[in-house]
Amino acid sequence: MRLSYPTNVKIIKVPCTGRVDITHVLKAFEDGADGVYLVGCLEGDCHYLVGNIRAKKRVEYLKHILDECGVGGERVAMYNMSSAEGQRFAEVAREMTEKIRTLGPNPAKKEK
Amino acid sequence: MIVANRKPFEEIIEMLKPYSKILLLGCNECVTVCATGGSKEVAVLASEIRLYRQKEGKPVEIGEVTLERNCDPEYVESLKPFIHDYEVVLSMACGCGIQFVGEHYRDRLVLPAVNTTFYGVTEEHGVWTERCQGCGNCILHKTLGICPVTRCAKSIFNGPCGGSQGGKCEVDRDIPCAWHLIVDRYRELNMMDKYLEIQPMKDWSTSRDGGPRKRVREDLKI
Repeated sequence: MRLSYPTNVKIIKVPCTGRVDITHVLKAFEDGADGVYLVGCLEGDCHYLVGNIRAKKRVEYLKHILDECGVGGERVAMYNMSSAEGQRFAEVAREMTEKIRTLGPNPAKKEK
Repeated sequence: MIVANRKPFEEIIEMLKPYSKILLLGCNECVTVCATGGSKEVAVLASEIRLYRQKEGKPVEIGEVTLERNCDPEYVESLKPFIHDYEVVLSMACGCGIQFVGEHYRDRLVLPAVNTTFYGVTEEHGVWTERCQGCGNCILHKTLGICPVTRCAKSIFNGPCGGSQGGKCEVDRDIPCAWHLIVDRYRELNMMDKYLEIQPMKDWSTSRDGGPRKRVREDLKI
C-alpha cells in the first residue's frame, strides 16, 4: 500500500487494547507525550471478547482525569478499525497529529 | 468493607499547596476492594498531582506506598524508616487509617485524599452499596436479614412509613424501601405473624450516641 503517516506518531504494541491501563497513558503524558490515542479492533470483533470496550471506558475515565489536572482530556482518543484498514490507520494518524498540533504541546511537559 | 470516595481533585490540590515532598499512602484492604485507595489508585492520583504541579511550574516529589493495612500498628510502623523524608502524608486509606498513621507520627501531618462513606458490599463490578451502620445492637434476626437502621432513610423499626410507594423510598425513587423488602421477605418465609409484633424503642447508646466505642479482649493482650 506504501501509505505514509506522520513520523511523530510512536507506536507501542499491546496484545489487545484491553491491556492498556490508565497508568500507562498517564506515564506517557508524564514523559512528555502531547497526545495518546488507542487503536483497537472494531467493536464486536475483539479476540478477547470485550478488550476494546474496556479500553473505550478507560479512555473516557482518562479524559476526566486529564481535564482535572489541566492537561486536557481532548489529548486522548480511542479509534476502532480492522487490521485490513491501513488507509484508515494513516488517516487517523494524520487526523490525531493535526488535532494535537492545534492544541499545542503538553502543558505538563518537563523542560529538558 | 469500608467504602470511600476520592475527594475532588481541587480539594486535594488546595491541601497540598504548601508542600513539595509528599508521601502518598494507600491501603491494601477495604479501599483497594472499593477501588478508591489501593496501589492502583495511588499511582493514578500521584500521576495526576505530578502532571498538575508540573503544569503549574511547581514540580512535586511523590513517594507512593501502599500498606497491607493502615489500621494495624505493625504495618503503620513500617513507615518509620522513610516517613520523615517527606513533608506531609496524603492518605487514601479510610478515616481510621488516616487517623491511626497521624497518631503514630505526631510530627507529620496526615491529610485525607478520600471521603470515608459507608460499610457496604460490592453489588456488581463497580457498584457498592451500604448495608450496615455499626449501630452496635444487631436486629437482623428480627428483620430477616434486611437492616432498617441502614437501608431505611428514617431508620424506623415498625415500617414502612407513608413515604413508601411501589416498593420505593420517597427520598429517592431509585432507593428500595427497606420495609417493603422486609415485608416481602416475611411473606416469602411465611412469617407474617412475626411482622405484626411491635418492635420497642431501640437503645441507641450502643451506637454513636454513646460516644466512641471500644472493644477489648483481655486474653489477646500481650
